[in-house]
This record gives sequence, C-alpha cells and structure tokens, in this order.
Amino acid sequence: MASVVPVKEKKLMDVKLGELPSWILMRDFTPKGIVGAFQRGYYRYYNKYINVKKGSIAGVNMVLAAYVLFSYCLSYKELKHERRRKYH
Amino acid sequence: GEGSTPGQPGVLGGAAFPFASPRFQIQPKPKLYVCTIQLEQQYTRGAPLGLRPSGSYSNTTSRENCFYASIPPSVDHPPATSSEFCASSREEKKKIARRKQKRTPCSLLARLVSRHLPLAPAVCVRGHRDAKPAAWTSADHALTGGTFCRRHSGVLQATRIFHTGQPRLAPLPPLPEYGGKVRLGLIPEEFFQFLYPKTGVTGPYMLGTGLILYFLSKEIYVITPETFSTISIVGLLVYVIKKYGASIGEFIDNLNEQKIAQLEEVKQASIKQIQDAIELEKAQQALVQKRHYLFDVQRNNIAMALEVTYRERLHKVYKEVKNRLDYHISVQNMMHRKEQEHMINWVEKHVVQSISAQQEKETIAKCIADLQLLAKKAQAQPVM
Repeated sequence: MASVVPVKEKKLMDVKLGELPSWILMRDFTPKGIVGAFQRGYYRYYNKYINVKKGSIAGVNMVLAAYVLFSYCLSYKELKHERRRKYH
Repeated sequence: GEGSTPGQPGVLGGAAFPFASPRFQIQPKPKLYVCTIQLEQQYTRGAPLGLRPSGSYSNTTSRENCFYASIPPSVDHPPATSSEFCASSREEKKKIARRKQKRTPCSLLARLVSRHLPLAPAVCVRGHRDAKPAAWTSADHALTGGTFCRRHSGVLQATRIFHTGQPRLAPLPPLPEYGGKVRLGLIPEEFFQFLYPKTGVTGPYMLGTGLILYFLSKEIYVITPETFSTISIVGLLVYVIKKYGASIGEFIDNLNEQKIAQLEEVKQASIKQIQDAIELEKAQQALVQKRHYLFDVQRNNIAMALEVTYRERLHKVYKEVKNRLDYHISVQNMMHRKEQEHMINWVEKHVVQSISAQQEKETIAKCIADLQLLAKKAQAQPVM
C-alpha cells in the first residue's frame, strides 16, 4: 500500500505492518550504523530517565530489572532442572 | 592569502574531485574569493612581481591550486560562456592588479592560473550546513573552499563563511525537571497509555497478573530457595526506598544546587566585576570632560606667581629709591649737626679764651657769695 510519506523516514510506530520488512531492510546495518543505533538508544534512555534534575530510582531500577531478566534467561537452562513438576 | 597557513595542504585538496557539486554561499555583492591550498609552500610574501618559470605552473592548472573566483553580481544568471566569465574576471583582476602595488603571491598565481583554466570558478564552503547550490553549477566546476584572502585595500573582500548557519541548541535548553513517569518503579507510563484505549485502566495490571500466574504455572519461572531470598531482599529494598527515598533525593538535590549556586556565584562575580569596570571607565570618561579645570588652576597659579613677582620687584624698587633718598637726608642732617657743633665749640672756645684771670676770680667770689646767701635761705626754710 502506498503511503504519503516515504517509508524510509518513518518511525517504527508509524510503520504499517505490511511495510515492516522493507522498513527493516532500509535500516543501516553497517558497523557504523549499528553503533549509531546503540548510541541513539542509550541517549534516548539516558536523557529521558537519568539526565533530569529530579530523577527517581526508576531510571536505574529499570536497567537492573532488565539485567535480572536477562540473566534469568541465560541461566534458564540450568534452572530447568529445579522444576518441581516435569509436565505442566 | 592571509587566511591560510603555509604548508597546509588544502583540506579541500583531498576531497577536490572536480566533479563534486560545489555547495557555496551566495553573496549579494561581487566578491573575489581565493582558495590557497598548496601555493603558499611555493611562494613567500616577498616574492617579486615577476613571474616564476612556467614549469611550476604546469601543476597549477590542477584542481588543487589557487585561483581567483569572481562571482558576478547576480548569481541567478549564469554567464553565457565560461570564457566570457573568465574574461570578465580577468578584466577585474587587471584593474585590481593595477590598483595595488603589493600583491599576495596567490593572487599573482591565480591570475595566471585562471587564464589556463576554462572553468568558471565556484565558491565552496566546507562544513557549511545551510549552503544552497546555485543554479549554474556544473560538473566542470572545480571545487574551491578553504581559506580566503582578506581585504587588502578595500577592493577585494572575502570573508570566512564557515558556520554561518543558525546555531542549534544554543543556548542549551534547560534540563527537564522530572524524568519520564514510571509505575511501580519498573514499567514506564507509556505502556499503560498504550493499552488504555483497548483495556481501560486495569488492563496492564490484569496483563501483569496473568503473566505472572502463567509463568508460575508453566514453571517458566521456577521457584527455588533463591526466590525467597529475592522476595525478602526486594521487600526490604522497597521498604527502605519508600521510607527514605524522598529525603535522600532532597539531599542529593541540595548538593547539586550547591554546585550550581557556586558556579552562579562565580558568574555573578564576574559580571559584577565587569560592570564595575564599566562604571569606572565611564567615570573616567566623565573626568575627561573636566580636564579643563586642571588647566584653569594652573593658569591661575601662574598668573598669581607673576603678580607676586611683579609686586616684589616693585617693592624692592621702592626700597632702593627710599634708601638713596634717606642717605641724602641723613648726609644733610649730619652736615647740619656738625656745623652746629663746630660753631658752638668755636664760640665756647673763644668765650673761654676771652675770660681773663681776674674776671675769673671775681666771678668765683660772686658765686660763693650767692651760694652762701642761698644756703641761709635754705636753712631758714625747713625750720618753717
């Protein structure tokens, strides 16, 4: 479906589902682009939650929670053996 | 030109592929821009006006070299032919060359080079964000850029035109007061807003509960001894944060504010200093208006000194004259006195001489008789 604004420049939330593959392919996958993407993401988070005058603990808390989840996912393989029931 | 340092390879040189589209700033007045890249190495300021051997010029036609660019007054109308353009620029250059004696070496070379070049030079501003390409750019135009000659005698004027776009983020916008809202300390508010149209207010909470139960029942989340320690620790943390969070936040905010206040103080002190300096300067400027008082006082002093000297001398003259006159008077008095005394002495002497011995005896006897009479009288009187 044709859209008025070229797909290239839309943000992710404005991209329609049908255009998603082309949007993904459009992204810059060079090392520089990837690094840039990480930088942008970092600065977005940083400027929204941490670089404010009266920041709350939520800024750090979210990062810690994400870390907890991530490490849980990594260690799920070993945790599987501690399940109480085999079949759910 | 003055702008570039010798030996500095043109920033442009590396990127000066001749077919790049030049981006440049359109100036309203006709100006001559010079790009000096590698010529400074070859030529010094004291270079004679004579030409160098043409062997070195064979390189100069390459794109890496300096040449004059002359932009016609209306940039919207490109020149009909590049040769005509070159001609006009050549004439201008000749005029300019005749006008001034001292030329920069780059200008000299540029003149020669531009004759060889069939191109209409364009002006490129590197790093210029808001440059707009002109209508008459073509692939033939060599790229220019870099530094520009400064005005020498008011004929040439080229200014640095880097960074003429609007500065962004200046002054820096202030920090936001609060961060993004987060619920339960973990989940950003945007998620709740995202689900609100479909599920209402309780949607995300139901989703959370459902997910937790699902993980527990399918044992995607396994309950281990670690779970209980986790629960205790998290509970403790939540309690501590709820109780002391606000005060710790205030404490840290105070620290921050102190730092900012310090800096602000420095800034204010500096501003005040400068203002004081300005006022002092103004006061001194005002004093300049009152300089004439100094000179008036000096004039008065001199006049007084002159007057005093005059009077002193007058007085001296008076004294001297009086002195002389007094001398004459005292001489006269003295003569008078001397004459008197002399006369008296002379008269006495003669009188004494005229008294004979006998006359003297008679006189003395009479005197004694008189004295006796007087003594009797005197004796008689005190008794009475």
